[in-house]
Amino acid sequence: MKDLMALMAGLAPLSLMAVGGGSTVLADMHRLIVEQHGWMDDAAFARRYALAQAAPGPNILVVGLFGWHVAGPIGVLGATLAMCGPAFLLALGFAATRRRFEGAHWLRLIERGLVPMAIGLAAASALHLGGAAVAAWGPRPLWGAAIMAATTAVVFFTKRSPLWMLAGGAVLGVLLIG
Amino acid sequence: MPTAAQLFAAYFQVGISGFGGANAWARYVVVEKRGWLTDAEYAARLGLGQVLPGPNAMNCAIIIGHEFAGVPGAIAAVTGMFAGPLSLLCGLAALYDRYGELQPVRGALAGVAAGAAGMMLGTALKLARRSKPTWPMWAVLAAALGASLCGVSIGWILLVLGPIGILTARMERP
Repeated sequence: MKDLMALMAGLAPLSLMAVGGGSTVLADMHRLIVEQHGWMDDAAFARRYALAQAAPGPNILVVGLFGWHVAGPIGVLGATLAMCGPAFLLALGFAATRRRFEGAHWLRLIERGLVPMAIGLAAASALHLGGAAVAAWGPRPLWGAAIMAATTAVVFFTKRSPLWMLAGGAVLGVLLIG
Repeated sequence: MPTAAQLFAAYFQVGISGFGGANAWARYVVVEKRGWLTDAEYAARLGLGQVLPGPNAMNCAIIIGHEFAGVPGAIAAVTGMFAGPLSLLCGLAALYDRYGELQPVRGALAGVAAGAAGMMLGTALKLARRSKPTWPMWAVLAAALGASLCGVSIGWILLVLGPIGILTARMERP
């Protein structure tokens, strides 16, 4: 319980520092969990991060895995709450403000102006993740790249659910790597 | 206008299928499947979600949920998005230390990760095409992409390119 308190106290301030998404404070999480408290080693930390990337849901849920390691099921809840709570309240306040000024000229400018940067950043994280994913295919990187390219095409050109592409990727992964 | 219950259901689907991050799935469900927003409208909310601290997907869900159904809508969207993955994660956490190193598990994870990266890239391309950027806006997009790939920290990108993007929008629509 003392460990969970320490974990939550360490995560809560990171919540408001994570501008651009949870992965931006990954280094700070590493400092807190591996270096400062020694709850797990480097490899265990990296494995959990990779799992959260692959598992469904927002990637920030990796803190739930850290919470589990430190305090079991209650740790999952506590860590997620600590990491998401403060940002949740801030975003809620922003959402309410935004609706008060709905249709205001300056607000529309801000929203339109942030779009290209948002898309550029989204494309960059896709390529970051893609690089790591292709590397995970070891001696068969072309297969990983082909799955990535095929899924890109399906999403870009069709309205079909991409879930089948992900499932197909998993099957190929089991057959070719497993 | 979707209700809080519909928001919960939609974001439950986003969370449970959101492999490799939830943003791409949020666009798929909200724009493609339910038609609540257009691509351009979704892109605007994604931009706001990125500027706010915390997970983008959560911020985006709060903004969209609040827009359609107030505070209950925001809470419904976020709890919907987290409910499925959190319970799944508890199970995974218990199993992972024991089985995570098995070859088939590693193979499946590598396959899913490649697909997820493709999905994110396809989503970004689609948003770019649908939001019809002018060429200065394309330049901002390319700068954000390039800077992030070169390892420039996200704080600097937001601080520099955010205002440039807003100024560009201002010059285009006086």
